[in-house]
Amino acid sequence: MKIHEYQGKELLRKYGVPVPKGTPAFTVDEAEAAAKAIIAETGSEVVVVKAQIHAGGRGKGGGVKVVKGVAAAKEAAQKILGMQLVTHQTGPAGQKVKRLLVEQGADIARELYLGVVVDRGAGRVVVMASSEGGMEIEEVAAKTPEKILKQFVDPVVGLAGYQARNLAYGLGLTGDAAKNAAALLVTTYKAFVELDASLLEVNPLVVLKDNRVIALDAKVTFDDNALYRHKDLEALRDLDEEDPAEVEAKKFDLSFITLDGNVGCMVNGAGLAMATMDTIKHFGGQPANFLDVGGGATAEKVTAAFKIITHDPKVKGIFVNIFGGIMKCDTIAEGVISAVKQVGLKVPLVVRLEGTNVELGKKMLADSGLPITTAGDMADGAQKIVALVQASKGAK
Amino acid sequence: MSVLVGKNTKLIVQGLTGSAGTFHAKQMREYGTNVVGGVTPGKGGTTHEGFPVFDTVADAVKKTGANATVIYVPPPGAADAILEAADAGVPVVVCITEGIPTLDMVRAKRALEGRTGVTLIGPNCPGIITPGECKIGIMPGYIHKAGKVGVVSRSGTLTYEAAHQLTTLGLGQSTAIGIGGDPVKGMDFIDCLQLFEADPQTKGVLMIGEIGGTSEEEAARFVKANMKKPVAGFIAGQTAPPGKRMGHAGAIISGGKGTAAEKIAAMRDAGIAIAATPADLGKTIAPLVS
Repeated sequence: MKIHEYQGKELLRKYGVPVPKGTPAFTVDEAEAAAKAIIAETGSEVVVVKAQIHAGGRGKGGGVKVVKGVAAAKEAAQKILGMQLVTHQTGPAGQKVKRLLVEQGADIARELYLGVVVDRGAGRVVVMASSEGGMEIEEVAAKTPEKILKQFVDPVVGLAGYQARNLAYGLGLTGDAAKNAAALLVTTYKAFVELDASLLEVNPLVVLKDNRVIALDAKVTFDDNALYRHKDLEALRDLDEEDPAEVEAKKFDLSFITLDGNVGCMVNGAGLAMATMDTIKHFGGQPANFLDVGGGATAEKVTAAFKIITHDPKVKGIFVNIFGGIMKCDTIAEGVISAVKQVGLKVPLVVRLEGTNVELGKKMLADSGLPITTAGDMADGAQKIVALVQASKGAK
Repeated sequence: MSVLVGKNTKLIVQGLTGSAGTFHAKQMREYGTNVVGGVTPGKGGTTHEGFPVFDTVADAVKKTGANATVIYVPPPGAADAILEAADAGVPVVVCITEGIPTLDMVRAKRALEGRTGVTLIGPNCPGIITPGECKIGIMPGYIHKAGKVGVVSRSGTLTYEAAHQLTTLGLGQSTAIGIGGDPVKGMDFIDCLQLFEADPQTKGVLMIGEIGGTSEEEAARFVKANMKKPVAGFIAGQTAPPGKRMGHAGAIISGGKGTAAEKIAAMRDAGIAIAATPADLGKTIAPLVS
């Protein structure tokens, strides 16, 4: 689960990580009031108005403005709030800005990068720091990997003091700045672990001219598997940032992701679901979604899945690809038949069943009298659905 | 011969009395696996579906001589169950549980570090099967047949696809291992490839990967440097968008890393035959082992 920058900073602040003074705003008036309060409190006219969307690259897209004075802050808020912000992570349609963060300005001496993630190979948390703050870390990793410093953390010990110092001095910091950076690193690691984050990125991490070190940005993603022990974090979820189809699927405990193509897929197992998408593409089609109905799906769950797929107007054909292990083929057949009866079938449907109770499942589909094309294996099924979708396009 | 599990495996089931534990314990027994008991804290001394139940793994091992365990414990207690099994000295620990917090696995792996004689398979995996001898996990037994191809995969249902094709083609499997879809896990591709290379029954290996991480690339380098037996494979997620978790916790392209294209290129470079679609897995390995 992803959260907004202002929410991430609020969490970091609770752990004692220094962040700028700031207030979230949902309206222009709130932004104006926030700017007024911050200017009064800090005695500085400089404030920053930042669009709050989950995607990165907001600055380049025009979603971040550094301004002087309340009137300018209000004007910036008017411009940004409600805009369709396009960044390299939003896709061409962009994301509508519904929240702002109004923050005090910072007197920046240096911009650095800090990232905390789980390193899969090592099976440990790794704290990464780089002198190339503000840049896309992927770009730094590709062009100048030696500029990314890493410390792997023993979970029993936590980020040790010397490791934090290694990073701070490695970044070329000295004196108070190095001490402050090291302290921030230890605290940030602690926050990462206690919050069960899967990613905690501060880009940029800045050294101020008075040698304080603060988190000027905060990107936090939580491990979905650990959310059950952080009920309070659930309140930070912003459904506006999530795909409605994916939200609907989650209610039924289905793993669903919307894609750009026109062939809807319903599959059991994540690997098989991905492979089904790949096979459709291999035969010249484009998958409309990833959907794993899971190992223990019921007929109700299959019906719900079918409804979510058919709800997408892009979908011009559906491919059901099931290898039943725990999941029985007759359960799938029952779900598909019931769904078609409930929502109708306006596009071609190809079903490939294999595994437990396969003969019964096939017989149920055949006896249903519904216009369902059956397939022998997944390659056969993919070819059939791609051909049917292309034929229906040609007919129009 | 086979790897890790076979005729001499004595299995206990952790989380036996839960619905998944009960269902699969019966399925495994029916397949012919020697299921010697189960563990559910608080129910020790009772019998469940004919299996003796113990409070602790240590007790179960002492009384039954178990040398393998399978875990169906729900996510909050699953990492603890892994450690309990390791501490009791069980050599093969198979964790089926999906949804274990990643940092729980980081701590569990740290606790397993330096221990010899414990092999962890999973979590979030279908298990391991040596056809005709021992099935540990949730895979449908009847699609398997004893034979000469080793299978190692991050995906459950794709393992079934592969096994089914190998059975249909008459090649069968020596052992099929599902290593699971989580980012932090026990055995990885290289560990399995090493075992298959050393196993006389195995004549070739099917390796099925997916997007996320770099273990397929590392495995490819291992194959190139160390393996004499032929290897064929497939990578799922060639059409997956970056930054999205595709079902499995570990199946995500992040920071431009872990794409199918990189993995396939590394595997091709190592001389691994790549199946065009998962429907061709069996056909791709067949000429190499015949």
